[in-house]
Amino acid sequence: MNKSSRSVMTFSGGIHPVGDGKDLTNKLAVRTAPLLERYFVLLAENSGKPPVPVVKKGDKVSKYQLIAQADGFVSANLHAPTSGVVGGIVEVPGPMGIPSQAVEILADGEDRGDPPFEPIYNWENIDPEILKKRVIEAGLVGMGGASFPTHVKLAPPPGKKIDTLILNGAECEPYLTADHRLMFEKPEKVARGAAIFGRILGVRRPCIGVEINKGDAIEALEKFEDRYGISVVPLQVRYPQGSEKQLISAITKRAVRSGGLPMDAGCVVQNVGTAAALSDAVIKGIPLVERIVTVTGDVVVSPGNWKLKLGTPAIEAVKFAGGVTEEPGKLIFGGPMMGFAQKSFDVPIAKNTSGILLLPTRLAVNYEASGCIRCGRCVQGCPMHLMPCLLSTAIEADRMDLAYQNHVMDCMECGSCAYVCPDHRPLVQNIRRAKAELRKELANKGK
Amino acid sequence: MENIKLPTGKKLVLSSSPHLSTGANLRTIMGGVLLALLPAVAASTWFFGFRALLVIVYTVFCCVAAEALWCWAVGKAVWRTVGDLSAALTGVLLALCLPVSVPLYVPPIGAILAIWLGKQVYGGLGNNPFNPALVARVGLLIALPAAMTLWTPSRGMVVSDYPGRTEFFNGADAVTCATPLGVVGTTPKVMGKDQAAANNFHKVEDREFLKRCFWGDRAGCLGETSVFALLLGYVILVALNLINWRVPLFFIGSVAIFTGIVHYFLPGVTPSPLFHILNGGLFLGAVFMATDMVTSPITGAGCVVFAVGCGVMTSVIRIWGNYPEGVSFAILFMNALVPLIDRWCGHRPFGYVPKRRKEESAE
Amino acid sequence: MDILTVIYAILLMGVLGLVLGGIIAIFVRVFHVKSDPRIDLALELLPGANCGGCGKAGCADFAKALASGKAVPANCPVSSSEQIAAISLALGIDAGKVECKQAVVFCRSFIGGVQRMNYNGVQDCVAANMVAGGPDACRFGCLGLGTCARKCPFGAIEIIGQVAVVHRELCVGCGKCAEVCPRGVIKMVPADADYHIYCNSPEKGAVKRSICQAGCIGCRKCEKLFGDKFKISGFLAQVNYDKAESVSAADAASINCPAGCLLSENDRLKAAYEKAGKGAKNE
Repeated sequence: MNKSSRSVMTFSGGIHPVGDGKDLTNKLAVRTAPLLERYFVLLAENSGKPPVPVVKKGDKVSKYQLIAQADGFVSANLHAPTSGVVGGIVEVPGPMGIPSQAVEILADGEDRGDPPFEPIYNWENIDPEILKKRVIEAGLVGMGGASFPTHVKLAPPPGKKIDTLILNGAECEPYLTADHRLMFEKPEKVARGAAIFGRILGVRRPCIGVEINKGDAIEALEKFEDRYGISVVPLQVRYPQGSEKQLISAITKRAVRSGGLPMDAGCVVQNVGTAAALSDAVIKGIPLVERIVTVTGDVVVSPGNWKLKLGTPAIEAVKFAGGVTEEPGKLIFGGPMMGFAQKSFDVPIAKNTSGILLLPTRLAVNYEASGCIRCGRCVQGCPMHLMPCLLSTAIEADRMDLAYQNHVMDCMECGSCAYVCPDHRPLVQNIRRAKAELRKELANKGK
Repeated sequence: MENIKLPTGKKLVLSSSPHLSTGANLRTIMGGVLLALLPAVAASTWFFGFRALLVIVYTVFCCVAAEALWCWAVGKAVWRTVGDLSAALTGVLLALCLPVSVPLYVPPIGAILAIWLGKQVYGGLGNNPFNPALVARVGLLIALPAAMTLWTPSRGMVVSDYPGRTEFFNGADAVTCATPLGVVGTTPKVMGKDQAAANNFHKVEDREFLKRCFWGDRAGCLGETSVFALLLGYVILVALNLINWRVPLFFIGSVAIFTGIVHYFLPGVTPSPLFHILNGGLFLGAVFMATDMVTSPITGAGCVVFAVGCGVMTSVIRIWGNYPEGVSFAILFMNALVPLIDRWCGHRPFGYVPKRRKEESAE
Repeated sequence: MDILTVIYAILLMGVLGLVLGGIIAIFVRVFHVKSDPRIDLALELLPGANCGGCGKAGCADFAKALASGKAVPANCPVSSSEQIAAISLALGIDAGKVECKQAVVFCRSFIGGVQRMNYNGVQDCVAANMVAGGPDACRFGCLGLGTCARKCPFGAIEIIGQVAVVHRELCVGCGKCAEVCPRGVIKMVPADADYHIYCNSPEKGAVKRSICQAGCIGCRKCEKLFGDKFKISGFLAQVNYDKAESVSAADAASINCPAGCLLSENDRLKAAYEKAGKGAKNE
């Protein structure tokens, strides 16, 4: 196939964020953060049951040692990011704003530990079940945002045939470049991870979808296309290209049915970061204890990508980046479109923290709306083809039934609508509220 | 690593995602539409003299004052509401539907009709079902028909066989004349397809005359005469993504097709479609009134239905109605149908199978 | 005017009226729906507020349930005892007995205690609570954005100093507010209980004190003095509403809550108004 003549794929709807802030960090190599004195490894992730700690206060742990055991199927193991002593199971501010349990690890400064698992060099011929077991052991979760345990996605229910594996390297969120740098600097890891995923699922040619604004990453990955039997799919730069359903639509032209999972369309989508972590787990035998985080924002002195150990508090990450030029008006975990505003700088990073973004007060949106003027920009921008303006108006009038009829539950809260709204209406927040209330109502009805 | 300024988190603001937005706000949108109206304002000043500009400024002032007065009376933030320029826009649009020789007591009445009755009683910008400027225009047309049809000739209307020219000097102190549509309206209809019928409207189907209509040199409301200036406005609006490009296209297109059909079969009943397109308030209505975001459908398909409805209504009123011009009535009528159109022409959300296909797959 | 015109007009209108009336009469016959007359009777006697306090979709639904014996008149929290007696008499059923409840907001952070962050977004408690757990430092207290006040069908809830207060004389105990409150700070308690401990946070006293000046510090003084009238859950003291005798004014005075959390509903209302500088207007 002639690589240059490949068509650039995309989906319908969506927006083009202007001034996406990626140039702050996309040319800077990933740096490894110096060792800290203490880490707060969060037990509770966004989705799934929190794992149960298997260490207690005063225990000596080595790097990579298991510190919390997965509790049930939808849960993931947790390992020590460095060697040291367990300071206890403490309560720290969590990324969702509510205090969360975390394992405090007082580093001994040596950062030593042996890989706990046997490296598997012959993964190309080995039984997929062994690889699947490794995914569970290594505590892999979706590193793109939802932090969903990876092995759940790798276990399709019987009867669901998976024929497509897509690696999500779109990274459509403004400001974030962690995946970009990973694909550019460690293309072999990503490609190998993709191939291992393909081996597990029995999919022949995994795709890696990358937006074309990451040309160097595409080039780097293409070198490994033949070696690992993968194909790189260039995608148009459009938000939210990295959303599962939109990515599937762009690459396979299939539509995941409303309320369905990618599996329903025969697809599995994994993040490129997860693929790299899987490659490490298989080849090096080490679990997931660190990740690349984009520490960026217009008020950060020297923005960049950092390899941070799990449990690094945000304030330390900001310190690595040289501090701030002015007091930030917003601290966001994740990207500016779907990330979560934080209450304090003491929140530690978790497996799914792709970015730490500090926005100046002037850039933060001021939601002070007067009223919808029905300009229809949100309707044009909605990748799910909903009508956010009508939904929001209905919700403000407490007409949850109307919102439900208009498919409010299909909203994935990508924020395209509120981004383009000229009146800065809090569309996403209204929709979130409606979804929460409707979910409660539906659960009550179910009883 | 010393002297690092670390954030304290004291200024942190909590809000829901997304944390960024485009720079656009209501003021930039309304400002953009005002910018697109500039050619029409310039054209009206060129063809009708300095008084045209005066009327426009005066009407804008009246509308802004009416808006400020209402907001002050009901305790809304006056500067924020006036500051979004929507009242100013309504003012310009209203002025552009007035004749140049309009008595000075008319704009204040129009402003009150537009801002109070057309917009604020419904809860302000965004909640009004009808275009405020058109509400005012129709209200004035019905309440003060004499003042609203006080047409004066434009700059170049000196050719003696000009349609409407015959009625020159029929007032004591004002020079008045008829609009081409008015001339057509008073021309008796000739049924059938013979020569007499074909010649019935020869006066207004003259090439030279239609060319003058395109540039705007004819009697009529301030902003409606210059098709050229309004086309320029259309280009600006589409370039700035301020309107749905379909609306003017389908509106004018459907007028052309409908009047074309009638003209083909009954040439003595209505003049050629080219005349209909270039005359009356069609361009002003199609480009600036029907495209008003608040009162037009949201989806593209809805806009097409809306625009075709407007076009057919306009033609019907023009050909068979009592009024010579039907654009404002047509748009207001279709405005009332917008909620229904929105309901019919909603998007099918991502991941839904159309009903028919679903049945097929079930079989 | 020609007299005949007038007569014609009268005749025409009369005939038209007769014809249309006839059509209506026919339609009424053809499309007649049989309904229990007791439903209409009950509906007439019910307050018609459609508050949903009975657990039904509205008064009409409740009337249906009454007629079919699935509910008793006392299930209506709005009707007074006389009205309930009237309904039971009219329908010939037992009035039933249901404990009377009232809503209480277990928070008094209006004294200015709790730290709040800058929040920019929808002014609604459910929505605000979903943004990083809400803008205030306490996860259990009243957010004060008034979702309960908007949901209350009787206008019994007012927001004073960013805390909801319930006007007892208006509250009928329908429970709508407790249902919508995302923090669970509004609870339905027996209507005859007058004294409550106004705090909802089970966290440690020291933690609470660091973020809020109005919280229960968990000193257990109340429990020590009147063991069974109070219960402690976590580090939060609560009035034990299961006990028949509720806390009296004398009890409260002898406890003299060190944190100032044990108050009567009226005292709390007064304190809220004083803090907001409005003066007690509803006394």
